[in-house]
Amino acid sequence: MRRSRVKRVLLTTVALVLAVVWAFPVYWMLNSAFLPNVVLQSTNPTFLPFGGSLDNLRTVATDPSFGSALSISLVVTLTTVVAAITIAFFGALAISRFRFRGRGSFVLALLLIQMLPAEGLFIAQYKMMSSLGLLNQAIGLAVLYTAAVVPFTIWMLRGFVAGVPADLEEAAMVDGLSRTKAFLKITFPLLAPGLVASAVYAFLQAWNEFTVALVVMTEQQSRTLPLWLRGFVQASQSRETDWGQVMAASTLVAVPVIIFFLIVQGRMSSGLVGGAVKG
Amino acid sequence: MTTGTTTAPTPPITSPPQPQNRKRSNRLPLVLIVPTLVLLVAALGYPIGWQVLTSFRKYGLLQQFGAPAPFVGLDNYIALVTDPYMWTVVVRSVVFCLVTALVTVAIGGAMAVLMNALTAWVRVVLQVALLVAWAMPVVAAMTVWIWIIDWRRGLLNWALVKLGFDQAQGHNWLAQPLSFFVVASVIIIWMSVPFVALSIYAGLTQVSTEVLEAASLDGATGLQKLRHIILPLIAPVLSIVMLLQLIWDLRVFTQIKLLQDAGGVANETNLLGTYVYQLGTGRGDFGTASAVSILILALTIVLSAYYVRSLMKEDV
Repeated sequence: MRRSRVKRVLLTTVALVLAVVWAFPVYWMLNSAFLPNVVLQSTNPTFLPFGGSLDNLRTVATDPSFGSALSISLVVTLTTVVAAITIAFFGALAISRFRFRGRGSFVLALLLIQMLPAEGLFIAQYKMMSSLGLLNQAIGLAVLYTAAVVPFTIWMLRGFVAGVPADLEEAAMVDGLSRTKAFLKITFPLLAPGLVASAVYAFLQAWNEFTVALVVMTEQQSRTLPLWLRGFVQASQSRETDWGQVMAASTLVAVPVIIFFLIVQGRMSSGLVGGAVKG
Repeated sequence: MTTGTTTAPTPPITSPPQPQNRKRSNRLPLVLIVPTLVLLVAALGYPIGWQVLTSFRKYGLLQQFGAPAPFVGLDNYIALVTDPYMWTVVVRSVVFCLVTALVTVAIGGAMAVLMNALTAWVRVVLQVALLVAWAMPVVAAMTVWIWIIDWRRGLLNWALVKLGFDQAQGHNWLAQPLSFFVVASVIIIWMSVPFVALSIYAGLTQVSTEVLEAASLDGATGLQKLRHIILPLIAPVLSIVMLLQLIWDLRVFTQIKLLQDAGGVANETNLLGTYVYQLGTGRGDFGTASAVSILILALTIVLSAYYVRSLMKEDV
């Protein structure tokens, strides 16, 4: 009995150390965001944000370049989410409710496309966007993002659509509802969690994306948030780096995403990491 | 983009798909997939086609400004294969990818086994920490790491000096290619472990406790149970997670690019992704850049075959 107790304490200690290691960079970002640059420039690091203030966050958030990047990111992301969910919903209906010729090849193509890296495509996509006059246009970037997320979104929604038994719909039709009505009243509400999960997936992908944006959004005023953050670091580096402000900028980009991710993670991945979140 | 670290490998499936044969539906499914087809052909198919053609053309700066781009057959590919720098980049990318992916899966797997043995509250603490790290947007995470390893005021050098390594004072970790890649690898491992650990842990929770208890009654030790019961049962999850890590680590771009921005020497630290970027946007050599891109796509498809096949099996 005593041996197993020692073992338990040991395992707990290891686990807590690992938890600290993984959470630390996020903590360090928040901590530095609250501290004035003078404190950060001193020889010894400050581990707790006592005496800190919201000054860095306020300075960064009121910078006009932040507002502009935020609005571009919002436009691109929302367009992507709406377009991807609509298109993927039809696609998911097709593959989970019907057998048709070419279905197998369609699914295979989706899965393969889903694996293609942006790094193997971005030069050609840049060329295409520039010849269409869509460089630095939110709509152009949104089209590329939608194409990138649709294959996996269809695959994800397919599971949810298949989970709603078609019998239920048919029963409603026997009870006198039209096919469309049966679908809208019975199937659609049951699909809501699936649609939310896919929307969050598309949102996170578009909001965080860096590579394609770097290539396609070449001008300073058309930067998305990740590009803005990179630019902010670079601009700061040419002077003495103001790490307090840089960390405040990171915090502004990251915190909404982290909160969003934590809220929906359970729903999004029940089945993906089965119950891992509930512990 | 299709590869973000938050990408889930398997969709949540609540119940097995139930194929329906409907009579009046021959046309409907085809109509339903039209938007997907149009989008994918326009935004991915067309660029891939262009890229294949361009990889057989001479397409440099002159062609960017309107000069005709003559077909040169396999010249771009031959130039690549005979270019020692290209081989350096390929070997570097493969080694970087193998090391990073192996260490990620090893740490993630060990963490999953650990989670399985923990009391509930400790496990939740560890899982929340992993989720927070997982949720960090890549660019924000890179920015914090660059601050931590900053040569002048970074936490890392301060801590090393405190521990007695005086030479760490003012050491720039990004200046030497080797330490540059170690830093990149550590950061990528930090970013990827949460997904790996949580997926393998999910696999472990599927291992039935009755079987394990039966094995204990028969006198099996912990290690024996791990080798003969647990490992075979989670082998599918393990291989898929490993494969995804290999595919994702082979074309890392964002992390390498941002570390190069922060002070790495680009030529000595290029991996495949940043090399294409440099060829295309830096030198305007779209012919060669297309050839490298085709190579990356081909490699990805070969590596993905097994994963895609295993996903297809889920699609009844």
